[in-house]
Amino acid sequence: MARETLTGSRIRERRLFLELRQAALARQVNISASYLNLIEHNRRRIGGKLLVDIAKALGVEPSMLTEGAEVALIAALREAAADSGKPVAELDHADEFAGRFPGWAEVLAGEHRRVASLERTVQVLSDRLTHDPHLAASLHEVLSTAAAIRSTASILAETGELEQEWRDRFHRNLNEDSRRLAESSKSLVSFLDQSSTGSERRGVPQEEVEAFFTAHDYHFASLEQGDVSPEELVASAPELQSDAARSTALAALNQYREDAEKIPLAEIAQAVTNGVGPANLAVLFRSDLPQLLRRLAALPEDVLGQASGLVICDASGAVLFRKPIAGFALPRFGASCPLWPLYAALARPQVPVRRQVVQHGRNAAVFECLAIAWPQTPPEFDSDPVYRTMMLILPVAETQAESLAVGSSCRVCMARDCVARREPSILDEEF
Amino acid sequence: MGRHVVLIEDEPNIIEAIRFLLTREGWTVDAHSDGSDAVEVIKAANPDLVILDLMLPGKSGMEIIKDVREEENLRNLPVLMLTARGQARDRDMAEKAGVSRFMTKPFSNTEVLAAVRDLHAQANQE
Repeated sequence: MARETLTGSRIRERRLFLELRQAALARQVNISASYLNLIEHNRRRIGGKLLVDIAKALGVEPSMLTEGAEVALIAALREAAADSGKPVAELDHADEFAGRFPGWAEVLAGEHRRVASLERTVQVLSDRLTHDPHLAASLHEVLSTAAAIRSTASILAETGELEQEWRDRFHRNLNEDSRRLAESSKSLVSFLDQSSTGSERRGVPQEEVEAFFTAHDYHFASLEQGDVSPEELVASAPELQSDAARSTALAALNQYREDAEKIPLAEIAQAVTNGVGPANLAVLFRSDLPQLLRRLAALPEDVLGQASGLVICDASGAVLFRKPIAGFALPRFGASCPLWPLYAALARPQVPVRRQVVQHGRNAAVFECLAIAWPQTPPEFDSDPVYRTMMLILPVAETQAESLAVGSSCRVCMARDCVARREPSILDEEF
Repeated sequence: MGRHVVLIEDEPNIIEAIRFLLTREGWTVDAHSDGSDAVEVIKAANPDLVILDLMLPGKSGMEIIKDVREEENLRNLPVLMLTARGQARDRDMAEKAGVSRFMTKPFSNTEVLAAVRDLHAQANQE
């Protein structure tokens, strides 16, 4: 039912909210109760003076009765239906539902927002507990020390006649362990404090590199202009705390400089403005597609004209580099969704793959993914090439074709009966 | 004949405590802290029971138990696994790999002693 035909439902809702009897309202506006009943059930159109009179009697603007305040609410209901992953037969009646039961509709939309927020939290925590070696090691250290203290203390407390030598030894152990527990607990708390905002978290080299690139918005103008060297940038980066992170960042910046020299900013900005597509851009700049895609991902948003995400993997699927983009969840480490075009590209190296995708449970945002796998090493006889694969992720404003449904990683993906599933989803198990 | 346990654990003070507890119960305790050669140590010792930590340097307790169960004469050896990871998923994986009993840290001495007695009694009945 069209929204404008729901005026009657809104009148009824407002009247009931005011605890006004149908007959009383009908009397106030000089119509019969039975006619008002037909209006309230959307069986008679209403407008003109009668609408103005009813609105006045109900204490609202006439537009509130004709337009309603539920545009955002209806959009939220449609989003909830889409994210449920189930066919909703009454999807066309979202307007009617919001009009007749605005309170319930608000509850449903609110719960959907809450579920989405919880899913994001679960995804972050699950990702960390499963893949974060520092966190796992810290917790193991704390629990092992606690186990030693508990066991030792219990021996001291419960063993009646304990030889002096054993007693001294256990006291010494308790002293050592309690000190260790204090230190490891402090270190754990400091680590968790540091990671209270996901984007600022440190701990493993890849995360330090990501924090470094994020701090520069993935674009290094001073490097492109030759004002600084990769080494200088790395040396002055507070985000890069470990040698491993500095070495990884240096390699990425050297690659960045090479890309920028081959594809200068001013020239690619002009070409992008003229609407030249990626394949033609590669020809124009005599670069290969991996270099071109990397370069596009490194362009500032105002130059590219839109946001972009990038993920680069080795042939085992382990993520080497990631530039996140809002609405498309990239797991922090490996174990991404095998349905991503990133991996389809690995099956056909050197063949560009373009897919329109949408992630399950991610508010149905649609992205265009451009992927390609390429040999990292020159061809050699008697030696298999080592491949890498990358995927540029661009938001799509208007969808034209059916999108490929993908996940983020199996643990937090709700897709049922997925042929690519590696392990059950914790969302299925625990929610 | 004395009872013999091999304890694979990298936390020295846990080793000390368990050694004390089990020695008083008449067990001979051989402790080893490195996972990489743990299977060889167990094979050589041919103990009545193994207490195995999950997170070890060199090789994880999960890998060790899988290798142990592949040895014909170690298939029925009672193995008590100690771990800081107590999720149902970890327990399930450990049991599937062949662990006889699973205990999460921090454990109580009473629990450890009860588990050791149970496992040993069961093994002797079979």
